[in-house]
Amino acid sequence: MKKTSLAQKLINAPYMVWSVLFILAPMAMVVYYALTDRDGNFTVSNLASLSSYSETFVRSVWYAFLATVICLLLSYPFAYIMARSKASRQRMLMMLIMLPMWMNFLIRTYSWITILNNTGILNSLFEAIGIGRVQMINTPGAVILGMVYNFLPYMVLPIYSVMVKLDQSLVEAAQDLGCNSRAVLSKVIFPQSVPGVVSGITMVFVPCVSTFYISQKLGGGKFMLVGDAIEMQFQSAYNYNLGAALSLVLMLMIVVCMLVMNRFTDDNGEGAMLF
Amino acid sequence: MKRTKVLSNLYLALIMLFLYAPMLVMVVFSFNSASSTGVFQGFSTKWYGELMNDSVTLQALSNTLVLAVVSSLIAMVLGTLAAVGIHSMRKKWVKTSAMTVTNIPMVNPEIVTGVSMMLLFVFVGKLVGASDVLGFPTLLIAHVTFSLPYVILSVLPKLRQTDRNLSEAAQDLGCPPLTAFFKVILPNITSGIVTGLIMAFTLSLDDFIISYFVSGPKFQTLPIVIFSMTKKKVKPDMYALSTLMFLAVLLLLVLMNVLQARAEKKEKQALRAKTEKGIER
Repeated sequence: MKKTSLAQKLINAPYMVWSVLFILAPMAMVVYYALTDRDGNFTVSNLASLSSYSETFVRSVWYAFLATVICLLLSYPFAYIMARSKASRQRMLMMLIMLPMWMNFLIRTYSWITILNNTGILNSLFEAIGIGRVQMINTPGAVILGMVYNFLPYMVLPIYSVMVKLDQSLVEAAQDLGCNSRAVLSKVIFPQSVPGVVSGITMVFVPCVSTFYISQKLGGGKFMLVGDAIEMQFQSAYNYNLGAALSLVLMLMIVVCMLVMNRFTDDNGEGAMLF
Repeated sequence: MKRTKVLSNLYLALIMLFLYAPMLVMVVFSFNSASSTGVFQGFSTKWYGELMNDSVTLQALSNTLVLAVVSSLIAMVLGTLAAVGIHSMRKKWVKTSAMTVTNIPMVNPEIVTGVSMMLLFVFVGKLVGASDVLGFPTLLIAHVTFSLPYVILSVLPKLRQTDRNLSEAAQDLGCPPLTAFFKVILPNITSGIVTGLIMAFTLSLDDFIISYFVSGPKFQTLPIVIFSMTKKKVKPDMYALSTLMFLAVLLLLVLMNVLQARAEKKEKQALRAKTEKGIER
């Protein structure tokens, strides 16, 4: 017995060391840099100067929120239709959804410029049918479109994975008991799909709120997001302390969002159990 | 009933159009005879030829592959050991805290992971007096770190499915613990390890955000080269490269799909044969 416990300790050791060095220590570094100045003296001025970024934070959360809602609205019917298709068709749709995720997201986002540009594909189309040019690139809409485009698969996949396990006999039972299709959706299908929806929301919201490439390319740098602010401090302004303070706040913001989300699912789970 | 079917097919098609429009642009413009990524002027394959002579891109491509292979192999070994270790933890709070730490790189926004590792490397670099620490080693550490949770989380369920008594039985029968692990546990968790390895490999290949913060000018991966190119103007040979990569991925996925379909068919047939046998009895 003693021998196995020693073996256990040995087997744990490499990962323990690794996670302390490269997961926990970097987190500590963020806190350290956020609370010190250039010379390493303690200060709260980095955190205090964040107030000038309040607009950036609000904009990031708002855009990410909109993108997440649009992703959810687009993905839900998609996942539902997909889960009810034939097995071969499901496999094909799955492949088509995953394929873009394997391609470089920088190139894919960049391609949208060709589509949305003032002289781009969509505007040529609009002119041909007589609508005239519409300013699309460098607008908030383009940034949100980029977010939806990039992270849509992260919403479809978790919702699909719960939809596919959904008990079809429950739907039939509800129909037999006189539920119309709206009631079936709201009382039977949706409650069962909540875990997928919640994990989809976190998987879309977190990368959206922290993105910087999409806003630079499709927003023309006019709509600064938190990610842009952090990237600027580390890659061009070289103020690591301010960058760390921004990262710290972003991190805490996401932790709070996750806690709220988790509460939401827990409550739902309890509600279902009570029922 | 028929109308809903048409509508749902139309919906699927529209979403697919949305997902594939930029890819279509990429493929079409890789055959553009002009050097513009905005206006199509005529068909030509010259960018594919140019790609073969673009030493920066090809170097970056090989860097990316080397990094992905090495980091995913390290993540596989370390992650499998970690999963076995976490699985055998007895105290609940120890297990929970280990899993919480494991989840950090997955939950954290990528930019924060990248920034935090950069700060660590810069800090340590300052301590030892090295001015440019960022390069292959730091990229490797970062890639292993963000791949680890995916390996651990694909091995753990397999370990849970494995009967604990099996390895004890092997040890009772005189197998040393290490041999018991290799002969009894490892074969049971191989599929999880392979899944983890593939995930680690693809994540490493595609990673931009974390790499962007922990890499230096000495060692650049493809996504970083693409990023610096999109800052100015993208040369269509990038589109040519992406088109080739797209075809490779497509081929791989179709192959996987066919294999999966075949396996499922076989399983079904086996099941049918079994039930028929049961009825005969």
